[in-house]
Amino acid sequence: MKVLVAVKRVIDANVKVRVKADGTGVETQNVKMSMNPFCEIATEEAVRLKEAGKVTEIVAVSLGNAQCAETIRTALAMGADRGIHVQTDVELQPLAVAKLLKAVVDKEQPGLVILGKQAIDDDANQTGQMLSALLGWPQATFASKLVLNDNNTANVTREVDGGLETIEVKTPFVMTTDLRLNEPRYASLPNIMKAKKKPIDALTPEQLGVDPTPRLKTLKVTEPPKRSAGIKVKSVAELVDKLKNEAKVI
Amino acid sequence: MSILVLAEHDNASLKSATLHAVTAAQKIGGDIHILVAGAGAQAAADAAAKVAGVSKVLLADDAIYGHALAENVAKLIVGLAPNYSHVLSAATVNGKNILPRAAALLDVQQISEISAVESADTFVRPTYAGNALTTVQSSDKIKLITVRATAFDAVAETGGSAAVEKIASAGDAGLSKFLGQEVQKTERPELTSARIVVSGGRGMQSGDNFKMLEEVADKLGAAVGASRAAVDAGFVPNDYQVGQTGKIVAPELYVAVGISGAIQHLAGMKDSKVIVAINKDEDAPIFQVADYGLVADLFTAVPELVKELNK
Ligand SMILES: Cc1cc2nc3c(=O)[nH]c(=O)nc-3n(C[C@H](O)[C@H](O)[C@H](O)COP(=O)(O)OP(=O)(O)OC[C@H]3O[C@@H](n4cnc5c(N)ncnc54)[C@H](O)[C@@H]3O)c2cc1C
Ligand SMILES: Nc1ncnc2c1ncn2[C@@H]1O[C@H](COP(=O)(O)O)[C@@H](O)[C@H]1O
Repeated sequence: MKVLVAVKRVIDANVKVRVKADGTGVETQNVKMSMNPFCEIATEEAVRLKEAGKVTEIVAVSLGNAQCAETIRTALAMGADRGIHVQTDVELQPLAVAKLLKAVVDKEQPGLVILGKQAIDDDANQTGQMLSALLGWPQATFASKLVLNDNNTANVTREVDGGLETIEVKTPFVMTTDLRLNEPRYASLPNIMKAKKKPIDALTPEQLGVDPTPRLKTLKVTEPPKRSAGIKVKSVAELVDKLKNEAKVI
Repeated sequence: MSILVLAEHDNASLKSATLHAVTAAQKIGGDIHILVAGAGAQAAADAAAKVAGVSKVLLADDAIYGHALAENVAKLIVGLAPNYSHVLSAATVNGKNILPRAAALLDVQQISEISAVESADTFVRPTYAGNALTTVQSSDKIKLITVRATAFDAVAETGGSAAVEKIASAGDAGLSKFLGQEVQKTERPELTSARIVVSGGRGMQSGDNFKMLEEVADKLGAAVGASRAAVDAGFVPNDYQVGQTGKIVAPELYVAVGISGAIQHLAGMKDSKVIVAINKDEDAPIFQVADYGLVADLFTAVPELVKELNK
């Protein structure tokens, strides 16, 4: 079975994001970019399936500007076999990403597509659900465990509001990763070198027949109200007193 | 304009998340209908009919809706959506699972986790772990929106007297099956609706040590939460996680014990009314948002806190 993983390039999770003074967006100049952490988990899961002999080929797909190729290289260094870069400078929103990914899936015919549950920049949490809708496939979102069965089904354990739930889905299907699915590996130096030789195909939205024009217009981006630090209390007794008599919350 | 709100429920009762979504619907303005898709869900529908400001409840009662499988519920929504200007859901796991699927089928770009309504087509939503507030305007004919519950007050649970209309099932998509669940049984209030939340982090060192926090929680009628580090380490179940990629809470009082205050954690609790931090590191970032900070070893401070609350 072939697996497709969608990997997004985002501002690194450890960067303190700053809103631009003109309110058009956030600072991206000289800011460290990385693969979205949930996409690292997606890639890791695909690589483990291949190591377990359940998967024959892993295709890493990223959509966006020229630098997204670096994110694909990271996936290749983790163990993906080849990459597809859908190049565009247009701002991509989840519906457009899902449509573009659908076009790629139609060409590649994978048995499983793995995405992150959420991109930590737009915090949208939509793309996987949208892709599976467009494909007419089952969706297994927020996955913390995946078991591929022999009869073209899979059991997926999902992180839900009350705890965990397990569903059975038919293949092909779309899965989105939650934090507890696995712990992604660091690419080793030899694998980073090897990744440089792995192929990355470039495509455009036009070639895929998709209009990626955004549906949501960003009117402004502002900083949230700042919360200021309060006081330090000296003892537990003082804390309880303040909570009772000053804040009146207990 | 008519607005459809997808109910969050367990068939027997309506979850409070729905009440917050109804408030967001009221801010948009229009006739508000609630959709209850469930199995044996008459009781949940009856509860929805009593919610203030709701003019109609649609009840789709069928075994296939028993576990809210996204493929089936989205199909139902797609059939109903053309009658509405907006379709809303609370940004619960169910809402996040179902609504984007319906949106794609309707060729709509969903607006996720709104925190404010500017007008019928313009909304504010937090992005970058809450470090930026983005105002977006939708050009789609129908708007599909998930609502951040903590950003909208709950509408009154009673006072309404809407009619409950039974609607036909949209049929089984036949793509997935519910197999089972592991749900934590607890007498404590739900994390997302609790008035007080007591959370522990990596500093707790073990699941056993969380018993101390449970004692504090029980004294205060609070829910227990955790940082990602505490969940990853297996101290507590996954649904305790508060943060950017866990649950968003905004209680009257949030007590963070042995939590450093990473940006991803703050994203889930910084709108709490009063924040208390107990941490042995006086430079921990959590103190920058805490109203009351106590620099102390939690293993002495928490037992003292229990004693003090027992007084
Ligand atoms: C994609 C992504 C998503 C994430 N989502 C979330 C999320 O939703 N929620 C979340 O919480 N995190 C999330 N994180 C993780 C986050 O970045 C932090 O790693 C995590 O919040 C740290 O948890 P912690 O504060 O418990 O642990 P640490 O950062 O290790 O802090 C432990 C604290 O305990 C204190 N301490 C230790 N011992 C004692 C003692 N005896 N007495 C008093 N204090 C003590 C220490 O001083 C320290 O401040 C996410 C990260 C990524 C990359
Ligand atoms: N531009 C992109 N390139 C590759 N994958 C993407 C892109 N945008 C979204 N995705 C995938 O969709 C997931 C969820 O993103 P979102 O719906 O934006 O929160 C990400 O974790 C990726 O797997």
